[in-house]
Order: sequence, then C-alpha cells, then structure tokens
Amino acid sequence: MNHSVHIFKEENVIHHLKHYLPAQAALKDFIHHNTLHAFQDRKFFDAITQASQIFGYKTSLSLVEYRALFIQKKISDEALNKVIIAKKGHSNLEIWKNKMISESYSDNFGGRRSHLRNYWKDLYSIDLDLAIQPFLFRFLCSYLDQGIAIWGFPVWNKGFLTTIREMERNTYTSFFKTSRAKQFLMDRKCEISDLLKILVGDEKFYEHYLFDQQFAHPGWSGIVSVIEDMPQTLLDTRRISLQDLIIFELLLEIDALDDKFGENWLPLAMRITEKVQPLFGKVEVSEYHEVLHLWQDAFEWSFYDQVLGGLQASKTKEKIIKSPSFQALFCIDDRECSLRRYVEEIDPSALTFGTPGFFGVAFYYKPMNGKFSMKVCPAPMNPPYLIKEEVDNKKHKKDFHFADYTHSLFFGWLITHTIGFWSAIRLFINIFTPRLGPATTLSFRHMDKFSKLTIENQNTDNKEDGLQIGFTIPEMADRVEGLLKSIGLVKDFAPIIYAVGHGASSVNNTHYAGYDCGACSGRPGSVNARVISYMANHPEVRNLLKERGVNIPSSTIFLGALHDTTRDEIEFFDDTFPDLTKTEVHKHNKQIFHQALERNARERARRFVTTNTKSDLKKLHEAVKMRSVSLFEPRPELNHATNALCIIGRRELTKDLFLDRRAFMNSYDYSIDPEGNYLFNILSAAAPVCGGINLEYYFSRVDNLKLGAGTKLPHNVMGLIGVANGIDGDLRPGLPNQMVEVHDPLRLLMIVEHSDTVVLKTIQRTPQLYEWFINEWIHLVVIHPETKQITRFNEGKFSDYNPDFVPQTVSDVESLFKTERGNLPVLLIKE
Amino acid sequence: MEKILELLIVWPFIAFLVSLFLPKENEKLISGFTFGMIGIHFFMILGLLIFWGTQGFPAVNLKEFSVYQSQDMNFFIDFYFDYVTAVYCLVGAMLTFLVTTYSRIYFHREQGYKRFYYTILFFYSGYMMAVFAGNLETLFIGWEILGLTSFLLVAFYRERYLPVKNAFKVFSIYRIGDVGIILAMWASHHLWHENITFEKIQNYELVHHHLESHSMFGLFISVMILLAACAKSAQFPFSSWLPRAMEGPTPSSAIFYGSLSVHLGLFLLIRTMPFWEHQLIARILIGAVGIFTAAIGASIGRVQSSVKSQIAYASVAQIGLMFFELSLGFETFALFHFAGNAFLRTYQLLVSPSAVSYLIREQFYHFEPKHESIETHFSKKLEYSLFLLSLKEFNMDELLDRLLWKPFKNLGNLLRFINIRNIYYITIPTFIFGILLQVTRYNIPVLLVEILPEIFALIGLFLVFRAYAGRRNVFVVWTLLVMNHFWVVLAISFNDALSVYEIIFHLAGVIVAGILGYIILWKMYKAEPDIDLNKFQGHVYEYPKMAALFLIACLGLAGFPITSTFVGEDILFSHVEYDQVFLAFYLALGFVISGIALIRMYARIFLGPHLKRYHEVAQRSS
Repeated sequence: MNHSVHIFKEENVIHHLKHYLPAQAALKDFIHHNTLHAFQDRKFFDAITQASQIFGYKTSLSLVEYRALFIQKKISDEALNKVIIAKKGHSNLEIWKNKMISESYSDNFGGRRSHLRNYWKDLYSIDLDLAIQPFLFRFLCSYLDQGIAIWGFPVWNKGFLTTIREMERNTYTSFFKTSRAKQFLMDRKCEISDLLKILVGDEKFYEHYLFDQQFAHPGWSGIVSVIEDMPQTLLDTRRISLQDLIIFELLLEIDALDDKFGENWLPLAMRITEKVQPLFGKVEVSEYHEVLHLWQDAFEWSFYDQVLGGLQASKTKEKIIKSPSFQALFCIDDRECSLRRYVEEIDPSALTFGTPGFFGVAFYYKPMNGKFSMKVCPAPMNPPYLIKEEVDNKKHKKDFHFADYTHSLFFGWLITHTIGFWSAIRLFINIFTPRLGPATTLSFRHMDKFSKLTIENQNTDNKEDGLQIGFTIPEMADRVEGLLKSIGLVKDFAPIIYAVGHGASSVNNTHYAGYDCGACSGRPGSVNARVISYMANHPEVRNLLKERGVNIPSSTIFLGALHDTTRDEIEFFDDTFPDLTKTEVHKHNKQIFHQALERNARERARRFVTTNTKSDLKKLHEAVKMRSVSLFEPRPELNHATNALCIIGRRELTKDLFLDRRAFMNSYDYSIDPEGNYLFNILSAAAPVCGGINLEYYFSRVDNLKLGAGTKLPHNVMGLIGVANGIDGDLRPGLPNQMVEVHDPLRLLMIVEHSDTVVLKTIQRTPQLYEWFINEWIHLVVIHPETKQITRFNEGKFSDYNPDFVPQTVSDVESLFKTERGNLPVLLIKE
Repeated sequence: MEKILELLIVWPFIAFLVSLFLPKENEKLISGFTFGMIGIHFFMILGLLIFWGTQGFPAVNLKEFSVYQSQDMNFFIDFYFDYVTAVYCLVGAMLTFLVTTYSRIYFHREQGYKRFYYTILFFYSGYMMAVFAGNLETLFIGWEILGLTSFLLVAFYRERYLPVKNAFKVFSIYRIGDVGIILAMWASHHLWHENITFEKIQNYELVHHHLESHSMFGLFISVMILLAACAKSAQFPFSSWLPRAMEGPTPSSAIFYGSLSVHLGLFLLIRTMPFWEHQLIARILIGAVGIFTAAIGASIGRVQSSVKSQIAYASVAQIGLMFFELSLGFETFALFHFAGNAFLRTYQLLVSPSAVSYLIREQFYHFEPKHESIETHFSKKLEYSLFLLSLKEFNMDELLDRLLWKPFKNLGNLLRFINIRNIYYITIPTFIFGILLQVTRYNIPVLLVEILPEIFALIGLFLVFRAYAGRRNVFVVWTLLVMNHFWVVLAISFNDALSVYEIIFHLAGVIVAGILGYIILWKMYKAEPDIDLNKFQGHVYEYPKMAALFLIACLGLAGFPITSTFVGEDILFSHVEYDQVFLAFYLALGFVISGIALIRMYARIFLGPHLKRYHEVAQRSS
C-alpha cells in the first residue's frame, strides 16, 4: 500500500463542502443571502455557468423564456443591440443577434453532481438514498427538534455521534441491521477515510463521493453546517457537526450494503470502468452559454436604461425644501419606496429619508418575560449591548390546536369528544370572516407600545448574559451622529422627525421572519426606532452633537414608529407631549401617514390578482389587511419581489420618479462627504444586504425547484427549524414560489450620486466590498450630482453611459393601478 | 324523501362531470362552480336532515337498479340512509365545503388548479356513494373512487419523486384492503344466496339463522371486513401510509387523511356491525386491533418531530380507540368520536404552518432546558429502545415488505423466463389447450375438472406476478396483465352457468382497454424509445393527454368501478363456488396485484421527475 501520497485531506474537504452547502439558518432567523455565495469569487457569468454544469442548477432563465420576453418587448431591441455591440463588436451584431433570436440550441441543466454515486444503482442495483434517507432525516430532525415532539430526544446535551453511541449501547434494538457498521460506530476512531475506503476504495474519488452524498440532501446538510458554526440559531441548542453527519451516513450506507450483499462486496471504485469526470474539473463555456449571458445582460439593461433615463430627466434643483413641515426616516427597504412618495405627495413640504432600518443602533433585545435575547441589527454584527423591555401589557393568547395534549391518547380522546367540535366552528369563522388570532404573527406584538425600555446605561458594569445593558451617553452620541451624517440630515431640522421602522404580519406563514426588516435580522424595527429617538432626544446627547457640528434645536423631537408593511398600518411610540402645539402637529401628521398608507395599500393591491383594484380606497385597504390574518392566503404580501435597484443619493434625485416599488433607497448627501467615508459605510451594508436579497430572489426565481423552496402548499414544518415537502423529504431552503413568482430575475443596479473617482476609491477600500462589483454580482453606475452625467462601472473603470429612454410624464399614476397588474415603466410624475 | 336522496347522490357526480369541461385558465369559474355545487349540496343535506327529523328519523332503503341480472345473481345498486349515514354525510359535506372554500385563494396560480378541483369533486362523489351505500357492492364503488382520488391527490405534485412514490404506496395498501371487500362480497353472496343489503342484516333473526350453520364462514367475512377497514383507516400493521400521504397540498391532506378518507374504515365497521356483533371472536379481534394500534400509534406520535406526521399518528391512535369503542358496542359514541376527531385534525392540519411562529414564541417565553416525560422514569435501556422503535414506526413498513411485497416480487422473478420473445409461444398454446379442454370436457376425469379452474386461475395469477416483477419491457408487462383476464375467464368457465353473454360482457371491456393501452405504449415507444419501468420518467410533462388516456386504459383493465370490467369481475366472482376458496383467493389476489402493477406502470412512465433536463427539475430528495 502506498502511504506516501494522501490526496484526501478530511479537513479541507469538509471545509470545501461547508462552503458550498446552503447557508440558511433556522426559520426564525430567516436572513436573505446570495444563494451561490460560494461562487462569489468568480465573475457572475462564469459562476452561474459553473454552478449549472457542476451542480445541475438552472441559473438563468431558459432560452425559451428569454425569447418570449423579447417578443413581449420586455427585452428591448435597443438594449439587445447595445449589449451585443459592447461584447462582440459592431461587426458581429447581425451574426449574434441571429444566434440569439433564431439559432436552435437545446437547453440543458443537468449537472455532474451525483454521477459517481449513481453507480450504486447502475452497477449494484441498490438505491442507497431510498434505503437510508427516510430514517436519517427523521432521526436528524428528531435530534434537532425545537419543540414539536411531545417526547423530546432522550439524550440531549452530548454531541451527535456520542448520542448515537450512547443510545446504541443502551438499547434492545439497534440503529443497524448488520454488525460491521455497529462495530465501526463503537470504535472511537471511526474515521471518514476508513469508511470511505470500504465504500469507495480509491482516494481520488473521496471528495466527489462526499459531495454527491451530501448534495443529495443539501437542505439537511446545510442546516447541520449552519448549526455547527452558529449554535445560537437554535434556542434549545444542540451539538452537531457536518463531520458527525457524514460519519453516520457512511455507516448507514455500509449497513445497507452489508444487509443486501453480506460483507463481501467490492468498493465502488473497483467496479467503475468508465472515466468519471472530476466534479470541479474544467467547465466549458459554449456558444449556448454565451447566448444566455447576452440575453441576461439585455434583459437587465432594458430596465436599467429606463431608470437611468428617468434619473437624467428628473429635475433635481427645484425640489429642495428649506423648512420642512416634518421629516421621516424610513428603512432602505424597497417596500417603503412608494409610501415615501405618498407622504411627500400629500404634504409637499415633508421630507423623507432612507437608511437601513436598524437606524445605526445595534443591540440585542430581550422582551419582558423572554427567556432569550434576540439580535436586532444586521446579521453579521455582534453588538455587546442589550436593551430590555420592562412593563409589558401584552398577553399571549393560547391556542389549544397547537398544544401537546391534543396528540396524546387519553387527553386527545377527551378533546376530540368535546372541543373537537369547537374546531369546526373556528374553521367556519376563519374561512368566512378571517380575524386576528393567537396564531397570527403581528408586527406590533414585537414590543408593547406602552412598555419601557432600558436604553440608558447607568453603570458599565451593569451586564446581563455578558452584554452591557443600554448605551452610555457618548455611545449614544456616536450613533446619532453617524446616522444623521450618513443620510445628510445635519441642518434644517423639522419640529418632529419620525423614525419609522417596519415589520410584517401574517398567519400560516413559515417564512414570517423573511417578511420583517432584514437590517434587524428578520425582526420588526420598532425597538430600534424607539431607541434611536430616545437617544436623539437626550439633552446630553444633543450637547455632545453640537460640539460635533450637528445642532439640533430644542424644539425638534424624534419620534419612533412602526410601519406594518403587510397591513399598511402605523403605530407611533411615546407620542404624548407636554406641549399642546406638538400634539396638534403630530395629530395632523398622523392623518397624512394614514392617507399615505391607504394609497400605498392600493398601489400594492394591483399586484394581487385576487383583489379587485376598482373598489374604493377604504375597501381596498380592508382587503389588504384581511390578507395578513387569512389562514388561506399564501401571499400576505409580496415582500421584495421585483426589486432591482439600489439608489444612494439625495431624495431630490428620485422625488418625481415612479419606480414601481423596485428600489432600495438610501439617503446620502455627497456634499458633506467629499472623502466617501459615510459612503463606504453605506455601501458596506447595502451591498451585502440588498445584493443578498436581490440574488436570493434571482436564484429562487430561476430555479425554484432546486434553489428555491418550491410551492408553499405542501410544506410541512420540520422540528420548527425548516420546511420540507411531506414527511420524508429534505429541508427546503430558499424562497417559496409564492414569494418570487412575479419577480423578474435581474441583478441589482446600484446607483450612487457622487463623482466616479470618489466612488471608485471607496469601493476599492476592502476586497470584500470590491468583489461585489468587479465580479459583476451587482451593477454599479454613478450619477454626477451637478452635471448628471452617468458613468458605468465595467472591468474596473468607469465609462460614460448615455441612456436612450425618455420617460413619459403622467399626472395620475394611480389611475394605472386599476388596470395594470404587471411591471410599469419608469414614469415622471407631474405635480 | 327518496327523490331527494337520489338527487343528493347524483349531484356530486354531475358536478364532477361538468367540472371536467371547465376552461383550465379560469380559476374563478372553476372554484366558484365547485363552491356553488358543494355549497348547495351541503344545504340540501341540512334540509334533508330537518325533514328527516320531522318524519321521526326513519331508516330508508332505496333499491335502485340492477346493473346485471341473471337467474342466480343480481348485482344491483342500493342506497340506505340512517343516522350513521346522516352523521357521515353531514361531516363530509361540511368539511369538503369548508376546505374547497379555503382552497379558492390558497391555490391561486398553482399549477393544476383545475386538476385539484375536479379530483376533489370526484372524491366527494365517491365519498357520498360510499356513505349512502345500501350494500357492499355499492359501497365498494365509492370505496374504489376514494382509492383512486387518493392516489391522484397524494401525487398532486406529480413531477417530484416522493409524492409519486408515496402515492403508489398508499394505493398499494388500499388495494390490500380491496381484497378484504372482494372476498367479503364473495363469501356473503354464498352465505345469503343473494346480494344482501345493510338493511336486511339489521334483522337479528335472519343473521342469527345464517350464522348458526356457517359460523366459520361468518367469521371469514368479518375478518375480511376488518382487513379492509384496517387498510383504509391506517390501523396496524398498515399505519405507516397515513403520514406519508401528506405529500399533497395541505388542504387536500387535511380533508383526506385528517378527516374523511381515513375514517371510512370505521364506517365500514359500523355499517356491518349488526353482522359481526354476535361473533365474539370478531369483536375481540376488532377491539384488539384497535387498542393495539392506539397504543403504538400514540407511542409513535409522541416522538414525531414534524407537524403533519404528529397529527397523522394522533389521528391513527384515536381511530384505534374508535375501533375499540365499537367492539364494546358503543356505536353512537364512536360516531361522535369520529366527528370530533375529523374536525379537530382538519383544523390542526390547516393551521399547521402557524406552528413555527406560535411554538417558537412559546419556547421564547417559557423555555425549560429539558422537560420531563413519562418515559424518563423508565430504565434507560427501555427508554432508548422505545424511542428508537417509535422513531422506526415499529418497523411496520419492513414487516409488510417482508411478508408481502418481497415474496410477490421473488415469485415474479422466478418467472423471468417469460419474455417478449416467448411470451406468445408459451401462453397462447397453453391457453388454446385450455379452451380445447373446456370444449371437449367429457373426455377428462371428473377429478381433474374439479381442480382445473384452480390451475388455470393460478396460471393467470403467475402471469400477474411476472408482470409485477417486470421492469424492462413495458409490452410484456401489459400483455401479461391483459392475458390474466382471459385465464380467469377460462378458469371460471369450468364452473357451470357462465354464459357466453357474460364472457363477452367481461372480455369486451378488457379488449378495448387492452388495445387502447397497447396503442399508447406503442406511440410512446416510438417517441421515447427508452421507456421502461426501472425508474420514474415523468413523461406527463410532455404528453399530458397520453398520460390521461393511459390512466383510463389502466383503470379499465384494473376493473375500476364504472368500467364494464368491474361488473365483469363481479359476475365472475359470483360464479366461484362456495367450496372454491382457493379459486376465490387466486382471483382476488390477481385482482389486487394486477391493479398495483397497472398503477405502477402508469406512475413509472408518466409521473415523477422528468428525465429531460431542459427545464428545472426538483431534487429527488425533495
């Protein structure tokens, strides 16, 4: 035997596997991220071609779909020409156009993955997946279960393999049918390479084999890998590692083979005579792939060109407001884009801003009576602060339908005879008059309106769970300063400045966390809105701010609020004032918000085909609210669907543009940030957050079956950590079809208002940030604040881009909502 | 009253037939139509119940029409209405009405919107047929419709692997239940010498009189009925199909496996109770199966970590208790229990996605690191063993596999020598020889004549086994399944009184279905030369019409009700003599296995993940 060369390095292979597995955490922590994050070190088009050929994902629309879009004029002829000329040169325009439109290629999304492991079926006539997966999944789910099973896992505080050993040692039955696997398990030195030697027999195939095996159930392997790195994603923590899972699965495979053939069977590699293509071997980019890439570019620029044309046509200068009636800070979220437009339309002297919805205050939040604390800031941050809720009036009503005892033999017997009949009435009520119930997730329940928060730190030794309770005055001042300067709000303060967080409400929705604020780790932003307002109102903080050049007049107050994006309702916090005029002003402003919300609801309603958009405002708003409490509504709202833009600049830039709720908008004033320092912070947050959302939507849309979660309708909740179809299936990470079906898979176009030289320097500050742009996972253009010249970032440098599109001017956009259900073009709104 | 009853039974069928012609794209029309038809039906039932009440709750028997009549056999449709029917039809109508209403918006934009609705309507027709049935034959028609629609709804997501695999599993187990009913029908035909109605078995004297002289025969019938009830109501050892049936959209799982379909086994027992309640052994058996299932169902349910399987096993355990209650004679109590359980589980399934947010919130506010359960007080070894066993569902699946499916397959594999090259050379000459024997019967010894039916039926059965194990050549499998019918007819023809008319009646349907199926297979083979039965191929993606036609051909051959083969099979059975238990058994087994083989053919060729990868295809494990 040759001991000198070992190709297989277990540690490296596991690391490699973990890199490629889905990185979605448990459902309660649903956070959007780039589905193909493992490929981000490559150019986008190389990455999607490789992902497709290696793993068999469909990573773009199919040729048929692109061509259909072209016929429907959703891909414009101009954009198509431009794209071909840019990539293939003017002389090849006709040739390539012909290829794109009429050449016949056959779409093929089969990958190399699973080729090696398929030999079990071909050469041994054994279906290993069928033999071991159902039990493996059930056992794994049982081990990780967070509270569905009545009789929880009996051994819970040891590692996964230790648990299995412990159970195997103390049982009358066994995990295995044969003895060899059992002996291996009991042998402490049960190594992956030893097991692979029995199963595969040739080191050069080991990595490929493990990839085949783990990617046969990417959902379960992915969650195991996430829990290994981030145990806190389970409240009831479990120790498990991907290595454990692989060992157990290999043992089960050996057991299944021994059961069928006895112990004398040849390892897989000994019987393979054909040449097996290495999994990560070279990927050919064929003409067909190039055609797909050109189509994707053309699809994107058909829309981008409209937006850029619109931006150039809009009139920035005339819209600057000197003494605003009130100001409101909203989340960068694309769902707030239309609400801001309505607020400003109803009160033309009001001014709105966009900023990530945690408002620059990162901390953990522990509600009253909560046994845990939850992170309410972007997921990658780990802030050392805790804010606690005190005095709480919220009551959590119980619903017996979820109670353990309904499933037990005796109590279940009692219950079916008695309140079982009540279920029929409940069902009747819930179908004909849906209403709020204990099962509804309501954004306003995140924090009680009348609760008190421990925001101010009295003593830095005051800690709980290792976190400092509250912020000190200087810490507060830093945060308020950072927020105000980043959005360019440093003068002309209005009497009331609202900080409006957002959250969502739904029922029967396993993906509820994905509907809340992404900048708050999938929770509503109410606590953050209240906290930042408290800080900015603090007299000592204001003194410190004055020293730093931000002079907030004492007549100005900050007020926290929460916008429910599903119900289009708003709640204000701490809104009782000693000052009567303030009360009046606030009352007036509230009216404006309510009107704006009603109209916002109508704008959203046009996308819901089941809603009658011709009925009046009040009725439409009621219909929209009804969705959030209806058990039978799989689309309480459409979330980030159709998102495609991220605009970083002053509000004046986009104020009279109708962008159809497709833009993330971050306020930013280039004039107070000549070095791009604040811009760097904004981009560092916006690129991964907005880019992550956008790409997750992209991939879940183009391959909803493999990269998305498929349709919601058959989903079954597994251990409270994920969903599967039916009871024997793999976990389904990604977004369900109902969330993405109206989404157009376009990459994000990021638009920054500044000079391109500053932007170029800014994005090059860190390689992580630069990667997004240089590898083309996000498109970047810069619009010059004064000349409005647009330059486009391409291959490391900026070059001029002149849009063809001239937007139509309309005076009444809202009349379009009655008839149009699909995407609307970019429009200029006449005042 | 009779007229209303008739209308109530026919109404869902009309709705189903009309729904087939509604335009596929018009969601509003499809769901609105269904909503209206089931809604009206629901209110008609309410009206009927009120009227019935004013009449003093009489039990009503409705003899409809004879499907087929000869001097010693009368196959007729019969309906019966009493409080049992009243409860079942009311609960059924109410839940179906609510669930179809629920689905109107829930299914919006889902592929197969129309398919879902017409399948539900068909299911509803079958359900009503079964609960209004006045004799076993009528009940069997509804029962079979339920079986087929169950298969179609579990495999609603027909382009994925697991739904299709599990739908097939459900169908197979239902089919085992069918053996029970078929043999029970056969035996009761001989016991009563007529097509007995449920009304007549209410007559204690009559039942007592017949059972006195044939107590073993009576027990046989009861056991067969219990077998059918166990399969349908997921009792031991068949329980594991129920959670696996939860592959379809949540509302269909709720209505089928949460409530209506799964309680039909209980219905069968309640209906036939006057017959078996005087047989102590039968009662003990029913009670034992019930209480045993309740115990292990509850134990398995306790360790389930997915919401739907937890509900499924909780329901299995409660149905076990209902069997037990029934065996003690608490009939009304069991009925009450049924209604409560149906409502509760339907609602629990419908709100099951809410479990995530609700239970996570509970956990967030009330978490305790380790909660106690009864089992923690057991010895460690007992605790772990019970846990593992429960997780493995007491190895019920393996048990069935070892006892049933494996032996069938092994037997079939022994017959591998029959292949496309020799199939005609081997079978046709033997068959002609058989016919010659039949025609020139007087030349052979009487003893031989007596066993000839068994021999020929056994040959037919072997062909079915061969078809069951067949994987490679679809034509061989199809031909074998068609031939089986001929052998069966040949076998029965040795018994007296099988008229030429009856033979033609039966074989006409077989020939039509056989030719239709063969043509479709031929066309598919021309278009897709690789078709075989080794794996799912998902050709429905490209050939939906062919798939539908092939399904019809399969049903025709499988003796599905409303095809002439179904009546034919019944006629054949009626000619199996009292003392030919083996013959009856061969026939029943052939009927079951060929049904399974046919549906597998359909599933393998047309359903499952599509072989071609020019569009997105789901992971096999999803």
